This record gives sequence, structure tokens and C-alpha cells, in this order.
Amino acid sequence: MSGGVDSAVAAARAVDAGHEVVGVHLALSRMPGTLRTGSRGCCTIEDSMDAQRAANLIGIPYYVWDFSERFKLDVVDDFIAEYRAGRTPNPCMRCNEKIKFAALLEKAIDLGFDAVVTGHYATIVTTPEGDRELHRASAWAKDQSYVLGVLTTEQLAHSMFPLGATPSKAEVRAEAAERGFTVANKPDSHDICFIPDGDTKGWLGERVGTETGQVLDRDGAVVGSHEGAHAFTVGQRKGLHLGVPAPDGRPRFVLEVRPKDNTVVVGPKEALAIGEIAGSRYTWAGRAPAVGVAPIACDVQIRAHADPVPAALALVNGELVVHPETPLDGVAPGQTAVLYSGTRVLGQFTIDRTVSAVPVGADASSADSSA
Amino acid sequence: MAVYLDHAATTPVRAEVIAAYAEAMAIVGNPASIHGPGQQARRLLEEARESVAATLGCDPIELVFTSGGTESINLAIKGLYWQQQRARRRPGVIAPHGEHHATLDTIEWLERHEGATAHWTPLDQLGRATLDATAEQYAEYGQEIAVATALWANNEVGTIQPVTGLAALAATASVPFHLDAVSAYGHLPIDLVALREASGSNGANGLVALSVSAHKIGGPVGIGALVVSRAAVVEPLQHGGGQQRGLRSGTQDVAAAVGFAVAATAMAEERVTEQARLGALRDRVIAGVHAAVPGAQLSGDPTDRLDSNVHFVFPGAQGDSMLFLLDLAGVAVSTGSACQAGVPEPSHVLLAMGRTEGDARSALRITLGRTTTDADVDAFLRALPTAYTHASRAGSADRDTALGARP
Repeated sequence: MSGGVDSAVAAARAVDAGHEVVGVHLALSRMPGTLRTGSRGCCTIEDSMDAQRAANLIGIPYYVWDFSERFKLDVVDDFIAEYRAGRTPNPCMRCNEKIKFAALLEKAIDLGFDAVVTGHYATIVTTPEGDRELHRASAWAKDQSYVLGVLTTEQLAHSMFPLGATPSKAEVRAEAAERGFTVANKPDSHDICFIPDGDTKGWLGERVGTETGQVLDRDGAVVGSHEGAHAFTVGQRKGLHLGVPAPDGRPRFVLEVRPKDNTVVVGPKEALAIGEIAGSRYTWAGRAPAVGVAPIACDVQIRAHADPVPAALALVNGELVVHPETPLDGVAPGQTAVLYSGTRVLGQFTIDRTVSAVPVGADASSADSSA
Repeated sequence: MAVYLDHAATTPVRAEVIAAYAEAMAIVGNPASIHGPGQQARRLLEEARESVAATLGCDPIELVFTSGGTESINLAIKGLYWQQQRARRRPGVIAPHGEHHATLDTIEWLERHEGATAHWTPLDQLGRATLDATAEQYAEYGQEIAVATALWANNEVGTIQPVTGLAALAATASVPFHLDAVSAYGHLPIDLVALREASGSNGANGLVALSVSAHKIGGPVGIGALVVSRAAVVEPLQHGGGQQRGLRSGTQDVAAAVGFAVAATAMAEERVTEQARLGALRDRVIAGVHAAVPGAQLSGDPTDRLDSNVHFVFPGAQGDSMLFLLDLAGVAVSTGSACQAGVPEPSHVLLAMGRTEGDARSALRITLGRTTTDADVDAFLRALPTAYTHASRAGSADRDTALGARP
């Protein structure tokens, strides 16, 4: 229970469904901030108090479990290391993968529980054969199945998402108000919880370090400078401060971040279009699809709020290779591609390399990036 | 009905206290008012002050009612520190490691905001303050010390401290000394006159101040006392109507004082028999834990400890997991250490006693009180083995997670 409205309502619904429920708040920082000191992330002392009050109202016991060490190792340090390596990680997915549905779930099972219930908007479907499948929430606008794409069969067997069938967030808030929860109108948290002021660039700068580097165009010509490659993401247009205008006068975008030599490559928008993504670190959410060298049809989604794109999926030499029907924009290595079949989540992989869909200029391969 | 074994956190309010408190609450009158109702309230307040003072062996005039132990400790340490800066600058504060957070955080605040220098003295493996090391601190920094403070008995591990020796060292160095008796009150005889004499206090130096709290002895939460000897001068923390010798402005809570007095009187009447009864129960718990969990290690002095305190380290099992499992089984105990937003910190007391951080996270404190029965002890000892087994399984948090493993 984060102290937000979703987990409070999820807990209440689990109780209504007849389960024996205990509220657990994760302490993810040794030095929890407080709103009074200007923090606006989650995991503040106030959030813990909100969660406890909701548990009181539901009538369930409430405890705080300390996962701050694990969280630092598996999420925060990983986030920094990924940026250092020029990749764009998703810390919420890492938290689901390593903390909420791993460390927390394991501890819970050891202590005698059967499952972890969260306020995620997603649905678990049990097939007639008894397989557990992860599906999108019925209201796609709030669907969070993307960040749960890392869950494996065994994790799904011990997970419950009571909000999956809710038509809208407004309905959850109304239910919370009806139940008398003080958090009914609490704003959603959007930011990365361990960067309390929301200044990801500044936070990373302190940890990764700032060092002046070059901004290059696709031909290798220096067109500007920057204060640290980590501050850039593929697809970024604003804040490039290029000294040399593009020959054609059109806007330029970040195409590639090269942490090793601290350079950033920019180019025209067309060069962002990616026609192939691939990665060898993958998991299946439930029964694995029958995929091999011969491709199968699926949909691929590369961000939490991106639209799914129809694609062909193949497994070649231990690497998942996806060819989207229409090119994907702004894909960066390190991002997670979640694979769907209709509403069902098939699985996910971390993008190791991308191939440009539209060669620009003479040297098409310079838009390739590999991790 | 849950088995309650966390009496050091707070202990049930006595029925006669509730009755007296409610009765006193119905009486109108501010004890600072000059008229009849005010004088009536004043009479009740001063009678209460006399009753509480009688259980501490001090003059009633020396007893200042506060909101509780934390306020008393803050007032004593900060008030004595500031007063001591008047004649000349003395930045030093002497205290043993392993003090309660009310003391630790007050001294750390003085360091940050007033330029104070803390001289923390070591604990031995049993959690006892060491007189030799403390004497060395006085010998080296004596002229710079503004105030010294110490627990009478450690609130986590229960070890009784050499308070006469600590007070005598302060008296010899002409340093005012505050004694935190919050956890000792109700469990050890407290006689300030005798203790001042034994430790050589002249009233202005050596033992000059002592803190207690009502809710640890079956009184109401929200009232405590700081004893300040007549000759000692303490700078007040809060300013206003000048009540209680100007040391603690604010309208005095007559009803709470009456409740405190009733609890103190009842405690004093039964303390000797209770001490024997609880001591026997405590030893049953200790023996039972050793039998149930052979690897468990008793913390603190095995004999020279509070009659109410049992504290164990359970290697390999996290204290908060055990607390949680025992709680679900209907037995309320504590990890003993302070919480930050509900998360127990690794116990600074155990760290000061030389235990590892892992050990300091694997502790449970079981504290007994007036309402504790043999049946409570039985229930705890019945629930312990399962809680320990499950917590040990969950305690190996370093392993790779099978559920989160990547292919």
C-alpha cells in the first residue's frame, strides 16, 4: 500500500472478496523524505501515514517492510548504471521485477501468505487449462500491463490485480470516497519516486557526473557541445542548443547516445524511425508462444503509454527480433518492448539494438545503435 | 484478546487512575487563578505533586510537571546546557552510547545548532556504561563540560547502569548531571536524597535533575516530571505564564497530575512485591526462549537487569519479521529499537555493545508489566518457535530471488 488511492481500493476489494489481507507499505528509502521538506515523490512519511489510515479504515493490520537495501541495489543503482551505459531504463518495471513481485512476494510467501495484491490496472485471466495469463485492463486509458510485462508465470500465479476490470480512475476515486478513504482525491504520483524533486537530469548529473562532450551529426561533424551524454534520450528535440544549424534548416533530434566517448548523435526526424528491434534478455508472461525462426504475428509496445504496433516476432539464435509493420519512433536501447497478442501480454524483452527503417543520406548504418 | 508484552512502550492505565482522572477533569479552575475555584484546583495539583515527589525521594518544590519523558529530557539537557554557557563557554556534553533517542537527538541537535561537542562514552558488551572511560573524558575535557546525562536502566536491553558512580564523576568534576529514570521508574527504588548524598552532589553540580513519565507506571500518557534540585538553574524551553518556577510555562494539567499521583502511589505500594513477581516471570521467559531457540542470545546483563525486560538477538531472523508473525499470532512484542516511518532501525544500543548490524536487526524485546500473567508467558513461548522458523526462512534476503530470476 503506497499511500495512494489505487492500492487502498485494491486492498479493500481483496477483503470484500473474502481474502485474509494484511496491508504492507514498502520502505524503499532509509531516509524517507517528508512533504514538509519539499519532497513530492512517493515513499514519504506522509504516504506511509496515508496508507496506514486506509488500512485502519478497511480494518486490516498494517506493517512497513524495509526493502531499502534491495531497492537501492536493484533499482536505483541499476538506473544509474543503465544511464551510464547510454541506455534508457524504466525503474518502475525494474521495481516490479525485482522488488514488488520478487523480494516482497518471496518474503510474503516465506511468512505464510499466498499472493501479493496491488493496485495496478491489469487483468489476470485463468484459462480452462489452468494457465494464468496477463491481460490489459478493461479501460485501456489506465492500462498498466506494460509495466507488469516483466512478470513470469510463477509470479503471475501469486499476483492479484483487483482494479483490472474498473472502467475508469474516476470510479476508483468515487469508490474510495464512498469507503471514506482520506486519499480519495490524492493526486497520482507520476515521477520517479527516488528523485523527489522530479529533476531527473540534475539527479543523474550528481551521480553520473557532468563532463563536456560533443554533439555530432550523422556524418561525424561536430555541431555542438553538451554537459553530459546521460542527460539526453533518443528522440529528444528540445534543449540541444546546437551551435551549427542543420543544412536544410529542419529540426534535429537525438538519434544516439554514446556514453563511452560521451557523445550525442543528432539528425533529422526520419532517422528516428526504427524498423527492427532485438534483444536477448526476455521473459514470457505465462505459457510461452510457439515462436522460432519463422515469425509469428504480435503487437509490440515500447513505452508505458505508447500505442501497440502490429509486428512480426521471431526468435533467432536466442535473440528476439521484432519487425514492426510501421516504424517505431524514438526507441532507445535499454527500453523494454512488451509483446501482446490482442489484450494478452506474451512477454517482454530489453531492447539491445535497433535498426533504422529509413536510411538517411549515404551512410545508413550510422543510425544503428547497439548496446 | 491479544497478549500484550510491550509494557516498556506503555503499560495499561490503572482503573483507579481512570476514575480519579475523570473526577478531577470535571472540576473547573485554573490553578494559576487567584479565586476560590483556582485555589481548589491548585490544592489538587500540589497534593498530586507531593504524592509523585514522595515516590522519587525529592522535595515537591523540585518537581516540575511536563508533557512526558521526552520533554523532561529536552528541558534538562538543553536547559542545563544553556544555563552553563552564561559564565563562560562550555561546549561539552557527556553521555554514554546507547541512550534513548530523546537524549541522542537532543544532544545531536545541540551539536548542530549550538556548537556543542558530544563526548559519547562506550558501553561494555552487556550494555553497561563504563566508569573508567567516563572518568577519562572528565579528566581530558572536564573544564569544557556543560552537562552530563545517562540512563538509569537501558530501555532496550534492560541493563541497570552504575548511576551512583556516573553521578559521582560529574560531582567531582563540578558538572550538573541529569538522570533519565523513565525506564527505571516503577522497577527500581528511586530515592533522590540518598542518591545525591551517595554521589556527592551539592545541589548545583552532580546529580541535579531526573526525568520520569507517568504512562510507564500505569498513569496517563501526556504527563511526566522533571526533578530539578533547588540550587540548580535550568533555562526554560518554553515561555509564557511563568508557571512551575518559570521552568515550564503553560496552564497546568490538574487532572493528569492527579492521575499521575494515583498511579505513582499505587506503584510505590506494590513495587517490591511486583519486582519479585516480574523477576520470576522474566526468568521464565528467558529460560523458555533458550529452550525454544537454542541459537538465541540474551542481550544485556543476565542478572543486573530490569525485572520487566527480556531482550534477545535471534541470529538469521529479522526482528521485524518475528514481530509481525507474533502479532498475527496475537502476541504483541517490540524490536526494541526506534522506528523511522514504521521501519525499525538497526538498534544503536546493540551496535554500541559491539553487535553486528545484522544482529542489531534481529532483536526482539519482550517487556512485562503489572497485568502480565503466567498465561501470557505461555502464549508467547507457544507462538515463538513457528515465528522464529518462518522469519529465519524469510531472513535470508541476500539470496537470489527465485521468483525474479532471469532466464
